[in-house]
Amino acid sequence: MSYAIPERELLHPGHVACPGCGAAIAMRLALKALGDDLVVIIVASCWSIIAGPFPYSSLQVPTLHSAFETGGSAASGVKAALRRRGRPDTTVMAWAGDGGTFDIGFQALSGAVERNEDFIYVCYDNEAYMNTGIQRSSATPLGAWTTTTPVASPKDTPKKDMVAIMAAHGIPYTATASIGYPEDLVRKLQKAASIRGSKFIHILSPCPSGWKSEPEETVKIARLAVQSRIFPLYEVERGERYTVTVRPPAVPVIEYLRRQGRFNHLSVAQIEAIQANADRAWERLLERAESGA
Amino acid sequence: MRKVLMGNHAVSYAVRLARADVVAAYPITPQTQIVEMLSEFCAEGSLDASFIKVESEHSAMAACIGAASAGARAFTATSSHGLLLMHEMLHWAAGARLPIVLVNVNRAVGPGWNVWTEQTDSLAQRDTGLIQIYCESNQEALDSVLQAFRLAETVRLPVMVVLDAFILSHTEEPVDVPSQEEVDAFLARYEPAWRLDPADPRAFNMLVPPEHYMELRLLIQKAMDDALHVAAEVDAEYGRHFGRSYGLVEAYRLDDAELALVTAGASSGTARVVIDELREQGVPAGLLRLRLFRPFPAEPVSHLLAGVRKVGVIDRNISFGQGGIFAAELKAALYHQPQRPQVFDFVAGLGGRDITPATVRGIVGYLLEHDAPPTGPLWWEVKA
Ligand SMILES: Cc1ncc(C[n+]2csc(CCOP(=O)(O)OP(=O)(O)O)c2C)c(N)n1
Ligand SMILES: [Mg+2]
Repeated sequence: MSYAIPERELLHPGHVACPGCGAAIAMRLALKALGDDLVVIIVASCWSIIAGPFPYSSLQVPTLHSAFETGGSAASGVKAALRRRGRPDTTVMAWAGDGGTFDIGFQALSGAVERNEDFIYVCYDNEAYMNTGIQRSSATPLGAWTTTTPVASPKDTPKKDMVAIMAAHGIPYTATASIGYPEDLVRKLQKAASIRGSKFIHILSPCPSGWKSEPEETVKIARLAVQSRIFPLYEVERGERYTVTVRPPAVPVIEYLRRQGRFNHLSVAQIEAIQANADRAWERLLERAESGA
Repeated sequence: MRKVLMGNHAVSYAVRLARADVVAAYPITPQTQIVEMLSEFCAEGSLDASFIKVESEHSAMAACIGAASAGARAFTATSSHGLLLMHEMLHWAAGARLPIVLVNVNRAVGPGWNVWTEQTDSLAQRDTGLIQIYCESNQEALDSVLQAFRLAETVRLPVMVVLDAFILSHTEEPVDVPSQEEVDAFLARYEPAWRLDPADPRAFNMLVPPEHYMELRLLIQKAMDDALHVAAEVDAEYGRHFGRSYGLVEAYRLDDAELALVTAGASSGTARVVIDELREQGVPAGLLRLRLFRPFPAEPVSHLLAGVRKVGVIDRNISFGQGGIFAAELKAALYHQPQRPQVFDFVAGLGGRDITPATVRGIVGYLLEHDAPPTGPLWWEVKA
């Protein structure tokens, strides 16, 4: 099934993202999906910069910039006030990076979704603190280089499974999405907007500066992440019902890894281990998808 | 209607009368009853508000910031460690020019754990851009919360109303609770000029480069300057509506005083009793109670203390490496006076140690015996 992507642009040119920024594509698609009856809360991240400096803003929807760890909490307040102001149906979208979501904003996010606050929380995940210069976060994958996990001592723990954690809160809707699969991404955001309660969307957003990749390969790398099953596309309803939404033919993880300088130092054995991890996670996902429903 | 209320409940009644739209709060002793009663008001429907039961004080203030940005009248209450956890968001609330009202029940800061009264928690927020009002009674707490919303929404800055742990928060006093109609006539519905509104999309709090940042900061300073006279006007108007007003500072028997005590909060009542005793003994003593701390009412303070020879500041707070915070502020305010009083800084009553009439008598005794203060604060009634 194919879904049209709305024509209307709500992210205007003039934003200041780097060339090939996956996070800029993610926002563009999210705004297309959600339309203009929307309030966006952006927490400290590259997106605090990308939106543009005072007195400009590249988003054509009301936007609240907020402190790093406040995605869940500030969005809760905005939603409460919109309800009080007679706009209960206006969509509220919190927009945070992986650092703002997996790490410093984790508590506020967990609190908000446990209360089942009625908003969409989007984590655009570029797998490190990019705004401050590529430091590791708990979303950084095993083996990756960052400025705080140098080649001599790369990240030695796996990426935190944020989707499982969100699903474990039992919230109505949790999904992964990719800028490489825009129709799937748009459909998921629109589905999220149609559901009351807390929705969590995890979007993998390649970052050429931090991943040491070619800007023109951003979309290709995002697609390879899905095809290699490093970042499968699926959704979880009410924390139970798993559905894999895109099932492209498999490609080896090396195809994904070799396009990114942050993985250059990996040995054959390490790449094999990453392949094995991806295969195992994919099997587990399929089991969940089959047993659920 | 007159009711017997603990300070915490006086605050809850005020928040209901103010028709807060959004309350976001987290429990901490000694503030808890404020939010417990507000949850009950919301649950029974006597307060038509959203109560967001956040998972921390940082989130409480962040939720208030979100709510106020979208046009809601927002309230939170906390104490001590909760206020300190909020610190980042206090700067944010002021910088975003949001008229959030916060009640802080003064409590000492650990370690060691101590739930009793002390002013260091609120005074440590001195430079956040919050207006700060210190209360002496439960009635004043209720009245100040109502005034705070008016003041905050006029100058577009958050206001913190402060009351002492237990001495006010948990002590029952008769409080006149005005009617909803009376309060509605004093406090109109909150209508911000700008808010998050899809019908009029705007961006708030974005990146501000050096070429604009200072001008935006200057606007905050100007709002604080305005707050001095707006606070006085709001207080006077409150007096016209309800027959009670307090001033920015309260001068008690200061007219011909040669010796003055300076206090803030609940120890003021104790000091007033001792001033009366001194007057009976023929000692020309008076009291200056600081009600507004930010913006600092330098003009009335220096005017009122101009003719006084010795001032004893009772600081229930400590800035380590300096001394009492009120004393330091007072000295700065008096510096330009040609006739400056000697300012003695008494650090007393930390962590809820009682400040009794005997404590205050001792302080006065010291003032009578000494012509000039030592360098540094006098740690008062400290065991050897
Ligand atoms: C309390 C606090 N600590 C640290 C920072 C500095 N800081 C701003 S953005 C950022 C990293 C953001 O990382 P992420 O959420 O992954 O977003 P990205 O920059 O990668 O888009 C950090 C550490 C901050 N703004 N606030
Ligand atoms: Mg990141």
